[in-house]
Amino acid sequence: MILETTQQALQALFAGSGPADAAEAGSPRGNGVLTRDYKTHGYHLDAQVAPDQLLAAVTILDQAGFFIESITGVDWIKENQMEVIYDFSRYDFDTCRVVIRTRVPRDQPVVPTISTIYAGANWHERETHDFFGIKFAGHPHLVPLLLPEDADFHPLLKDFKA
Amino acid sequence: MSAPIQLRPDETFILNVGPQHPATHGVLRVKMEMDGEYIVKSETVLGYIHRMHEKMGENRTYAQYLPNLSRLDYLGALGYTHGHVLAIERAAGIEVPERAEYIRAITVELNRVASHLFWFGAFVMDLGGFSPLMYAIQDREHILDMLEAVTGARLTYCYYRFGGLYNDVDDDFIEAARRFIPRMRKSLKKYAALVTGNIIFQKRLEGIAPVSAEMCRKYGATGPVARGSGINFDVRKNEPYSVYPEFDFDIPVYHECDSMARYKVRMDEMEQSLRIIEQGLEKLPAGPIMAEKKPKNIKLPVGDFYQAVETARGSFGIRIVSDGDKNAYRLKLRSPTYSNMHLFDEACEGMLIMDALAFMGSLDLVIPEMDR
Repeated sequence: MILETTQQALQALFAGSGPADAAEAGSPRGNGVLTRDYKTHGYHLDAQVAPDQLLAAVTILDQAGFFIESITGVDWIKENQMEVIYDFSRYDFDTCRVVIRTRVPRDQPVVPTISTIYAGANWHERETHDFFGIKFAGHPHLVPLLLPEDADFHPLLKDFKA
Repeated sequence: MSAPIQLRPDETFILNVGPQHPATHGVLRVKMEMDGEYIVKSETVLGYIHRMHEKMGENRTYAQYLPNLSRLDYLGALGYTHGHVLAIERAAGIEVPERAEYIRAITVELNRVASHLFWFGAFVMDLGGFSPLMYAIQDREHILDMLEAVTGARLTYCYYRFGGLYNDVDDDFIEAARRFIPRMRKSLKKYAALVTGNIIFQKRLEGIAPVSAEMCRKYGATGPVARGSGINFDVRKNEPYSVYPEFDFDIPVYHECDSMARYKVRMDEMEQSLRIIEQGLEKLPAGPIMAEKKPKNIKLPVGDFYQAVETARGSFGIRIVSDGDKNAYRLKLRSPTYSNMHLFDEACEGMLIMDALAFMGSLDLVIPEMDR
């Protein structure tokens, strides 16, 4: 039930553009909402949005009563991109796990902060900044959380050399 | 002798709790701005025991990474290794024999009881009562002995394998587990009489440190913290995995939102875990403990996989982004105490410091699990 309504609400963000192309495994996919097989993937909805659609997508989930599970990044060095992944879930027996992802260029990794919507995003974004150097515009306190306070390196970058 | 420091009536001072402080149970630092005994503002500082487990996940094969999972939460390690093997089995499509899943559930629940027992002892000690810790450790010792006999380790278990188990349980283990259940039930009654009914204990916890359900949602709190705020959420019930649907057990939920509610949730959970263990031993099927068809070197298909499990501290999630290689392209660990502790800064504003320390105890922190 919640799955369909959330899917429709997220789909509405892409009104005007064509339906999401069923992505080839591994190849970069276009923005859009995909349903995933829960049994093999562990989540139901997988939405890739543009960075400027992020706040709208997260607001939809906030209003639908989702809680924030985690935020993390992936460094796609071959495509010269960085991906930020947001996980949401529900305190509900009507299970629905939603993954929101957005891609930014690797040399200018900036996405808007969602800590204004979910206060709990604060640490997750600081951690992602620690590990990948992704900047969260508008974050109130983007200083190292897990790394030393004077850290100027980002260990999860694929070209990181210790 | 110097004169005592004079503060202006509105002047605040900074108090550092930790990184080495008995109340934080590990290397956690909380920078508190204090107005006398009251907290004006607090900032939690993490990272003192950060070991970059996620980078190790990229450098090692999936099997080599198994021991890392038990170094996150040293009190309830089996739950975390369970999450990892389930994630790999889900992505690689490995069928696990039923006996193996039953043994996994029994050992995870034993580990949960052990974890809650230690938390119970340490929590009461935070509040100034020393002897319950001794009783709790004594009971926990029985579990550790049992688990040591089958897994070979007392805390940092590496017992589960992709597709099954490292070895089968023997009759001694089953016998010991059967004997443990009535013993533990008796102990739970003793704890209720000794601690839960204590008037000082109640006054320190009841109505203290309210955490609303909405705050839990905004911070992503799970486990006993969420269930103490009236949220009926347990991954074992909400997103059933392993053989948990086979068991008849309840999820304790309290609506008071205070430290006492979080205490009661964990105390009730021990009884529910005992029920699961009891039924598991009863139903334990015969058969193999290892999947027959299992690739020797595990490679996952290309994709992005997620697995959540309910550990003693809440919902633990593991995300594996695979590019088809024998190790993960990206491996993310979502640890429950990280989110549970995050709400501390907001919730403790305006609280008395002693109440805040009791509140911190009621969150059941394990710092290596937070810092990863």
